[in-house]
Amino acid sequence: MSSDDLLRVSDLRVSFRVGGLSARLAGRATEIEAVSGVSFTLQRGSTFALVGESGSGKTTLARTLNGLQPVRAGKILFEGQELQGLSNAALKLVRRRMPMMFQDPVGSLSPRLSVRSLLSEPFVIHGLSDRDLNAEVTRLLALVGLPRDFADRYPHQLSGGQARRVGVARAIALDPVLVVADEPTAGLDVSVQGEVLNLLNDLRDRMGLSMLIITHNLHVVRQIADRMAVMYLGRFVEQGETEAIFRAPHHPYTAALLSANPEPDPDRVHQRITLPADVPSLLARPSGCEFHTRCPQAQARCAVDVPVPATVGNSRLTCHFPLNT
Amino acid sequence: MTVLDVNNLSVAFHTESGRLEALKQVSFSVPANRSVGVVGESGCGKSTLINAILGLLADNGEITSGEIIFEGNKDLARLDPTAMRGLRGLRIATVFQDPMGALNPVLSVGRQMRDIQYRSGLSKRDKDARSVAMLRKVRIPDPESRLTQFPHEFSGGMKQRIAIAMALMMEPALLIADEPTTALDATLEVATIELLKDLQRDIGCSVLFISHHLGVIAELCDEMIVMYAGEVVESGTTREIFNDARHPYTQKLLACDPARLSQRVARLPTIAGTLPDLRHRPSGCVFQPRCDRADAQCLTVPPAALIAGSHIARCWHADIPLERVRA
Repeated sequence: MSSDDLLRVSDLRVSFRVGGLSARLAGRATEIEAVSGVSFTLQRGSTFALVGESGSGKTTLARTLNGLQPVRAGKILFEGQELQGLSNAALKLVRRRMPMMFQDPVGSLSPRLSVRSLLSEPFVIHGLSDRDLNAEVTRLLALVGLPRDFADRYPHQLSGGQARRVGVARAIALDPVLVVADEPTAGLDVSVQGEVLNLLNDLRDRMGLSMLIITHNLHVVRQIADRMAVMYLGRFVEQGETEAIFRAPHHPYTAALLSANPEPDPDRVHQRITLPADVPSLLARPSGCEFHTRCPQAQARCAVDVPVPATVGNSRLTCHFPLNT
Repeated sequence: MTVLDVNNLSVAFHTESGRLEALKQVSFSVPANRSVGVVGESGCGKSTLINAILGLLADNGEITSGEIIFEGNKDLARLDPTAMRGLRGLRIATVFQDPMGALNPVLSVGRQMRDIQYRSGLSKRDKDARSVAMLRKVRIPDPESRLTQFPHEFSGGMKQRIAIAMALMMEPALLIADEPTTALDATLEVATIELLKDLQRDIGCSVLFISHHLGVIAELCDEMIVMYAGEVVESGTTREIFNDARHPYTQKLLACDPARLSQRVARLPTIAGTLPDLRHRPSGCVFQPRCDRADAQCLTVPPAALIAGSHIARCWHADIPLERVRA
């Protein structure tokens, strides 16, 4: 592990039990693997984005990194420390270094707490209430660009963008090294989305933060992430440098996702790759390459052989017939 | 022929802290067989507009002036509730943002699709046959066996397609779609847009499509209106507005869309300032407090400047064209 590696995840697996006793007695599948053999490295000061459709395992992966979901197999090394098997007290310290911002800007704030209490909470939880909390609240509000008098407001008095800023302030309260942000701009208007992304980029530069961003909005990824990974059925099908992937995606799924973005240009002629049908169930993973049931490039071999991760250009991907090579 | 003609519609809400003018002098029309997009950010009055058209305004809301002419002869602003109920679901259908909330979780999909045909006078068997045909049209695989299934047994994209199937079941003259693709992934979003386009052509209805997503409007709609703080600030064909937006708000909105940036930028464009408090509208142009072109003239209400054809912008400075964001 090089000293620049902040987070190193190797062959991570997370599973959930499904069905009740009857399913188990009937011998049906009782486990789904929501995250299935994921490996990546996040370097200090960089931003990594996870993209994929609903149900691809993005949020489960993020929750697992934060110790909110048990690891079934694999390793998570954060600042050189192995996270599996840590006590709750030790995990609390990890969460101070690696806070998480949850989806839904307003919903992730308690409606009964004022902004002042919301921003003091991290200090209280981590036993730092001897600090001057009022001063800390003022400092945090200034950092995220909210007026001081917002301290006395309640979440319902905030707009989506303002609530998101409060969420950002909570996340950075205790000088973390890595912020895990789950859909930080979902549900926000475009003009407000820009403000939040600018704020995150600023904080990254000023505080030397690293970020792990989960989003299904590819335009956001391009504006914020240095590296990205595309998830499908709990696996990374392609990961690499964001700009390189946007310029020339190698995996057919990445190419389809990139082409699926609605374009704000009525005259544009679309060369759209349409994916057939819905995402397969995790209970019945397709054979061979799991994407072959929807892949426009699929050939006979894809239904049989499981592709081995390979390096193509600067990307890691699992595909028998990569594009743009 | 126009299916819907909204003229000078104003809606006010009476709140504890005073009267709030949510829509002010809104005018637009939806021609037959066309899709009209309504674009605007949160709080611009999109939902109030739909609720006013559907006669579903909250008790403290009131249409203070204007008319909503449907199919040339009925003013929905003044229609009695019974007559209004006769139109909803039959002549005017709606698809909402949240597909799970639109379907009843304790009834099978088949039962709900049968119920919506209660005015058709068909037998149960014929109703089911129509449901199957409609589900096939929205590309639900194996529709016969899926009629007995419940909403939770379908994926999010399928539920939204079922909601669309139900809305179009009675072949309405007008489909109101309120952010129907917002909750969906990009892949499903484009598939749903394609589906809506096809169905609109098949059934020959008009669509009023509400969205804050410019890309979706560009792909689906023939014409569009841009709303800000309860007013229509610009309207025209989709092509006119995307290629030659003249209202500063529209121009800024277009510039903010990260989809229009083909590479990474140091700072994403934003619109400075916040929406005005609708209890105390700014005098003159409603966008004036946030506009960098504002001058003394903007303190009086701007006229609707005709740009070309049907393209109108409500701005004193509508002569300054959009600086192309894409180089």
